[in-house]
Amino acid sequence: MPVFAGSELTCLRGDRLVFTGLEFRIGPGGALVLLGPNGSGKSSLLRVMAGLLKPLRGTLGWDGVAVAEDPDLHRSRVQYVGHLDAVKPVLTAVENLAFWAALAGAADPAANARAALDRLGVPHIAGVPGRYLSAGQKRRLNLARLLAAPAALWLLDEPTVALDRAAIALFEGLIAEHRAQGGMVVLSTHTDIATPGGEELHLDDFTPYADDEEAGSEDYEEEGAVP
Amino acid sequence: MSRFLRLVARDLRLALRQGSDATIAVMFFVLCVVLFPFGVGPEPNILARIAAGVIWVAALLASLLSLERLFQTDYEDGSLELLSLSSLPLEAAVLAKTLAHWLVTGVPLIVAAPLLAVLLNMDAEGFGVLVLTLTLGTPILSLIGAIGAALTLGARRGGVLLSLLILPLYIPVLIFGAGAIDAAINGLTPRPHLLLLAGILAAALPLAPWAGAAALRQAVE
Repeated sequence: MPVFAGSELTCLRGDRLVFTGLEFRIGPGGALVLLGPNGSGKSSLLRVMAGLLKPLRGTLGWDGVAVAEDPDLHRSRVQYVGHLDAVKPVLTAVENLAFWAALAGAADPAANARAALDRLGVPHIAGVPGRYLSAGQKRRLNLARLLAAPAALWLLDEPTVALDRAAIALFEGLIAEHRAQGGMVVLSTHTDIATPGGEELHLDDFTPYADDEEAGSEDYEEEGAVP
Repeated sequence: MSRFLRLVARDLRLALRQGSDATIAVMFFVLCVVLFPFGVGPEPNILARIAAGVIWVAALLASLLSLERLFQTDYEDGSLELLSLSSLPLEAAVLAKTLAHWLVTGVPLIVAAPLLAVLLNMDAEGFGVLVLTLTLGTPILSLIGAIGAALTLGARRGGVLLSLLILPLYIPVLIFGAGAIDAAINGLTPRPHLLLLAGILAAALPLAPWAGAAALRQAVE
């Protein structure tokens, strides 16, 4: 059974150290909820996990094999939902979705896309061009990608933004189903998403400020003690 | 249908539904060439003498027009992140998008060029070679342009930067493109020029997607 783990991860954005010495481990059916204040590196960590961002230090492993050894293989295991919905305004919802399903190698992308929209509770938007969709509908369309192009590992960056309560409940059900089939989920959120049995990772535990400040003040005291 | 063709088909569909890119490029091309008789006067001999160069320069500028948009919309709406995470190699994605861009903006230029050649009183000897040089040359323009479009992604005033970056690289294509037509009109063989153009195309075909993909990875990060 697959295990996705990271060790000693350090991420640098610009010249700011976002997190350092970060460790995580997810088993089959596992869920990891990333928590932390704005700017604590939740999105960065998800991008590192997806392979969009290279960590400054540290390794990601899948079943003990370093992800960096075969990035192509890793990409086929991952579905990433970011802040942007990637919805083309002139394509209909089904066309938008079917393209991503086809790119992931689906045999019948249009059928997959329709089934996924059904599951997300928005079958009526299938023929509607992207520019007429509301923010919540676009979000549902983006989340439908998870079903239209299945992958073992879901990386979700605040997936419930713009969703109404009913949609959040629906989405919680989809996550539970994915986990029951042995899938893994990593998500960052500021609202409550029920992930029974899921682990929490507090990113502020790995932000280097606190240490720096302590180290800095010690230096200062030593310097001050010399004269 | 392979993933590569899916991406080409999707970009073509986007371009056809939006409709503006293709028509703007070819309209600009026509207008740009039509301006010359007004500027240099309607003397047929002068127009015939400069026709090859004018058409080629106008083709360069027209292909620049829509290049800025090549990756811009995908970058802004998050599609580029998903493309770089898909199982289609990013190099192939760059090639697919460049191919779609050429089909939408390059091919109409090739179709319109003979008409403009008549307008400028170009010697009939040059017509065939004109179409041939544009067929070899416009894909090179799209390929080199794709590198520039990827490099300037996310930059403010990216379009202006792109022109400054790319136009100098277009010079060899312009020299051999216009040179081949002049050679044909003067009764010489255009073969060396055409071979050199084909050589540039053969070099750009693998190198441009490779360089473009590297630039896109930086942009997505």
